[in-house]
Amino acid sequence: MATTLPPPRKLNRIGLDQAAYKGNKTTLCAGCGHNAISERIIEAFYEMGVEPYRVAKMSGIGCSSKSPAYFLKSSHGFNAVHGRMPSVATGALVANRTLIMIGVSGDGDTASIGIGQFVHLMRRNLPIIYIIEDNGCYGLTKGQFSATADVGSKLKTGVVNELPSIDTCALAIELGATFVARSFSGDKKQLLALLQAAIAHRGTVMLDVISPCVTFNDHDGSTKSYSYVREHEEILEDVSFVPFFEDITVDYDPGTTTDIALHDGSHLLLKKLGVDYDPTSKAEALRVLTESHEKGEVLTGLFYVDTRRPHFIDLLHLVDEPLATLPESRVRPPQSVLDEVMEEHR
Amino acid sequence: MATTQLVVTEGQVSPDQRRVVNDLSIQVATVNGSGSQSSNLVLLRAIFQMGVPVSGKNLFPSNIAGLPTWFTIRASKYGYVGRRKEIDFLVAMNPETAEEDVASLEPGAACVYDEKLDLRRLRRDVAFYAVPFDKLVAPICPDPRLRKLVRNMIYVGVLAKLLGIEMEEIERALRRQFKRKVKAVDLNFKAVAAGYEFADQNLEKADRFYIERMNATAGKVLIEGNTAAALGCLFAGVTVVTWYPITPSSSLCETLIEYLKRYRTDPQTGQATFAVIQAEDEMAALGMAIGAGWAGARAMTSTSGPGISLMSEFVGLGYYAEIPAVIFDIQRVGPSTGLPTRTAQGDVLSNAFLSHGDTQHPLLFPSSPEECYTMAMEAFDLAEELQTPVLVMSDLDLGMNTWMSDRFAYPSRPLRRGKVLSAEELERRGGFLRYRDVDGDGIGYRTLPGTNHPAAGYFTRGSGHDERAIYSERPDVYVQNVDRLARKFETARKKVPAPVVEEAEGAEIGIIAYGTTHWAVVECLDQLRQEYHLPASYCRLRAYPFADAVWDFVARHQRLYVVEQNRDGQLCSLLKLDRRLADAAKLRSVRHYNGLPVDARSITDAIVAQEGLN
Repeated sequence: MATTLPPPRKLNRIGLDQAAYKGNKTTLCAGCGHNAISERIIEAFYEMGVEPYRVAKMSGIGCSSKSPAYFLKSSHGFNAVHGRMPSVATGALVANRTLIMIGVSGDGDTASIGIGQFVHLMRRNLPIIYIIEDNGCYGLTKGQFSATADVGSKLKTGVVNELPSIDTCALAIELGATFVARSFSGDKKQLLALLQAAIAHRGTVMLDVISPCVTFNDHDGSTKSYSYVREHEEILEDVSFVPFFEDITVDYDPGTTTDIALHDGSHLLLKKLGVDYDPTSKAEALRVLTESHEKGEVLTGLFYVDTRRPHFIDLLHLVDEPLATLPESRVRPPQSVLDEVMEEHR
Repeated sequence: MATTQLVVTEGQVSPDQRRVVNDLSIQVATVNGSGSQSSNLVLLRAIFQMGVPVSGKNLFPSNIAGLPTWFTIRASKYGYVGRRKEIDFLVAMNPETAEEDVASLEPGAACVYDEKLDLRRLRRDVAFYAVPFDKLVAPICPDPRLRKLVRNMIYVGVLAKLLGIEMEEIERALRRQFKRKVKAVDLNFKAVAAGYEFADQNLEKADRFYIERMNATAGKVLIEGNTAAALGCLFAGVTVVTWYPITPSSSLCETLIEYLKRYRTDPQTGQATFAVIQAEDEMAALGMAIGAGWAGARAMTSTSGPGISLMSEFVGLGYYAEIPAVIFDIQRVGPSTGLPTRTAQGDVLSNAFLSHGDTQHPLLFPSSPEECYTMAMEAFDLAEELQTPVLVMSDLDLGMNTWMSDRFAYPSRPLRRGKVLSAEELERRGGFLRYRDVDGDGIGYRTLPGTNHPAAGYFTRGSGHDERAIYSERPDVYVQNVDRLARKFETARKKVPAPVVEEAEGAEIGIIAYGTTHWAVVECLDQLRQEYHLPASYCRLRAYPFADAVWDFVARHQRLYVVEQNRDGQLCSLLKLDRRLADAAKLRSVRHYNGLPVDARSITDAIVAQEGLN
C-alpha cells in the first residue's frame, strides 16, 4: 500500500504556519470582496512573521466590520459601535503602545456615520492600519447608497446617485495620514504588497480597497462592480515589497523605480508605469486623484507616503512600557505629593 | 472728596439691633470679566484664615465678559456651608442689576454700592454705604487697563473695615491669591488699603454684622470639588484621560492635566506615565476611554449633561461588552443646553439606565470635595472590579465652587484591578471563557490584548455573544447573558459606598438626600428640631444601586422625604423602581430646581407644609 506523506508545512520566520493566522469561517456572501481582503491580511501577517498576540483587530459596524473575526483568530478583536472604531482604537493603542493595530471599516462606517472620527484619526497619524472595505453601499441593510458611491451609479432598484462621492484617499492625504493607497480586492499582488508595507509603516495607513458587493452592487450601472472596476482600473505604479528580514537586492534601472525605505527596514518598490510620479508630494497625489476621477477611472496604487512625520504615540512622550500594566508604584504618587497639594490649599 | 451721608437712622435699619457675629451672607454683584473673582476669593480666604467656617458660591453667566455675576460668601459659626437664600450684606457694583439686588434684601441688611448708582433712595430699611470707587482707584492705578480689575479690590477694604476682617489676613490672602506676582500683590493691597481708609474716615457703621476671630478652620483646606476629583484620579493611578471641554466639568480635567504633568512625568527622561487626549467630541472621548479600559488602562473622562447624552451609545457598549471606564458627570441644568452655568441633580434617572436596551449603571454621589477625592478612587476600583462604566455624579455647585474641607487622607488600600488573567495564570488554568460566571458574582475573567498566550485572545463585541464571546443570537444564550449582568448588578449593590445614616431619637420621619443637597439638609434638620420640635432621621445616599441599609432606613420610618435638585424627583422615582413596593408608598418628594444650590429654608418649608405643621 502506497503511503503519501503530507507536504512539509511551510513556516514563517517566527516558526508559525499560515493556519496560525486564520480566523473563523466567514459568514459573508460567497464571492464578497471582503473575504479576499481577509485572505490577503492573513498572508501579509504570516509573511511578515508578526506574533498574533501582539495584534489588535478593531472594527465598527457593517459587513466589513464583521471581517476581523475571519482572520487572526488568536488575536484580541473589538467590534465597536457604528462609525466609532477610531476612538476605541486610539484609546487601546495609547493604553498599550506595543500593540500592532489593524482596523477594518466600510464606506458607510467611515464616510457617513464615522466621518468625524475618521477625520480626527487621520489628523492624529495614529499608528494603525485602517482599511476601508469599500463597496459603495450598505450591504447589511440591503444595499442603500453610501457616501463613496459615484455620481451616476445605479442601484438594483434603478435609483441613481446624484451626490458627489467622498474620496477617502484625498481626504486622508489632506488630513495628515502618512501612508495612503487604494487597491482592489481582486488584485492579489498589489493588495498583498501594500498590506505588507502597511505593517512595516509606523503612522496611519489608510488603505481604501474597492471590494464589490456581489449581492447588492455588482450589476450593470454600478461603478463598484467587479466588471466596472476591472474595466476602469488604472494602476499608478507597480508595487513590490521587500521585507527587512530578507536579504534581497533588487536591481532596477535608475529612473524607473522609486524605493521607499519603511520604518522597520523593509522597502516598498514602486515601478513606474508610463508616468513620473512622486508619492511624497501631497499636491501631486491630490492632482492624480482628481484627474483620474474626472476621467472616470479607478486609480489604484500608493498615492502618498511620509515616513518622517511623528505619529501620535510619539507626540505623547509615553514611557516605553504599556500604560495599562504599569505597577501601582509608578502610577500612584507618594504621600508627600498629597501633603504638598493640601498645603497649597490651606 | 465726597462723603457718604447716611440716610438711615436707628429704628429704620432693623427692629433687631443686636450684634450678629460670624453668621452672615455677603453677596457681591458685578459684571463678569471684571476681575471680581480675585477680590471675592481674597475676602473668602481672609475670613477662613480668621478661623470662621466659610463657603463661596459663584453664580455666573455662560459668557466671557459683560454679563451679571454674583458671588456669595457665607460665614457661619455653626459650620453651615449650604446656600442661604437671605443676603445680609450686598456689594452692588453692577448698574444693570443693582435695583433688583437691593430690592431682594431682607430688612436690616447692608449695602455697599458704587456712589454713582445712587441706591440709597431705594429703601429705608437697609444700611447703605456709598463708595466713590472711581475716585479712589485713579490715584492708585494710573494704568487705565488695570484699573477695571484693581477697582474691585477697594470693596475688600471697605468690607474689612465695616465687618472687622483683619487686614493682616487680607494681605496674607492676597499673597496666596497672586502667588509670586509681587507687583500684583502690592498694587492690589494699595487698593484694599484705600478702601479701608475711606471707610474708616467716611462711613459710620450702621448695620449689625461682624466677623470675629474664632478657631473652627484649623487644619482645614479650601478646595473646589473638581480639583478634589482630579486629585482622586491622580492617586487612583489614572493612566488615560480623554475629554472634551464643557462647563462645568472642564476644570476637572484641566487641573488633572496640571497634576499629571507635575507628578507623573519622569524628570530625567521627560516620559509620561499617563496620556491625555482632547477628543473631537464626547462620543470619541468615551470611545477612547472604553478602548483604553479594554486594553487594561485606568481610563476616565469628564463631562456634563449634553456630553452624557452623546456618550450614551458607548456607555451601553461598555455595559454589554463589560469594559471598565470612569465618567464624571458634573451636572448642570438641562434639558438640552439648559442653563450651562447653573447647578442641578438632573441626570440621575437617565444615567442610571443610560443607553438603549436593558442597562443599569453604578452611580456614585459625592457630597463634598473629600468625597470627590475618595469616590474618584473608588470609581476606578469599582469599574475594574465590576468591568463596567461607573458614573461619578458631581454637580456644578460642588465642582466649581470653593468648599471648606478636612485635609484628604492618603489612600490606605492598594489599587483593586479586578479579574485580569496573565499569561502565566492562563497557562495554569488551561484557558478561559470570557463571559463565564466562574465565581457566582456575575463577573467573568478577562485578558488584555498583548497577552502572550495562544488562549488569551477573544473578540469583544456589542452584539449578542455567548460565554466564549462568540456572536450568538440564540434566545437562551441571550437570556443567560443578560441575567448574569443583572446578577453582576447585585454584586455592585454590595460593593458600592454604603449610605450614611443618622437616626434621630423618636423620629417618625426620615430625610433621604444625596450629593450637594446634603449641606442644606444638615441645616434643615436643625431648623426642624429647633423651630418645629420635629426630629428627623437622615439617610445620605452615596451610591446607586441602593444598599440594603437604605431600605432598612425606610422600613424604620413612617414618612420619608426624598430631597433633591431636579423637577421630577428623579431619585425618588429610582427608589420606587428599585425593589419594595410597600416601602415605596412611604416616599415623598421634595424638589428644588431653579438652578441655584438648594437652601435649607426651602426644604424645611416644604417638609413642614407636607407634615401639616404650618
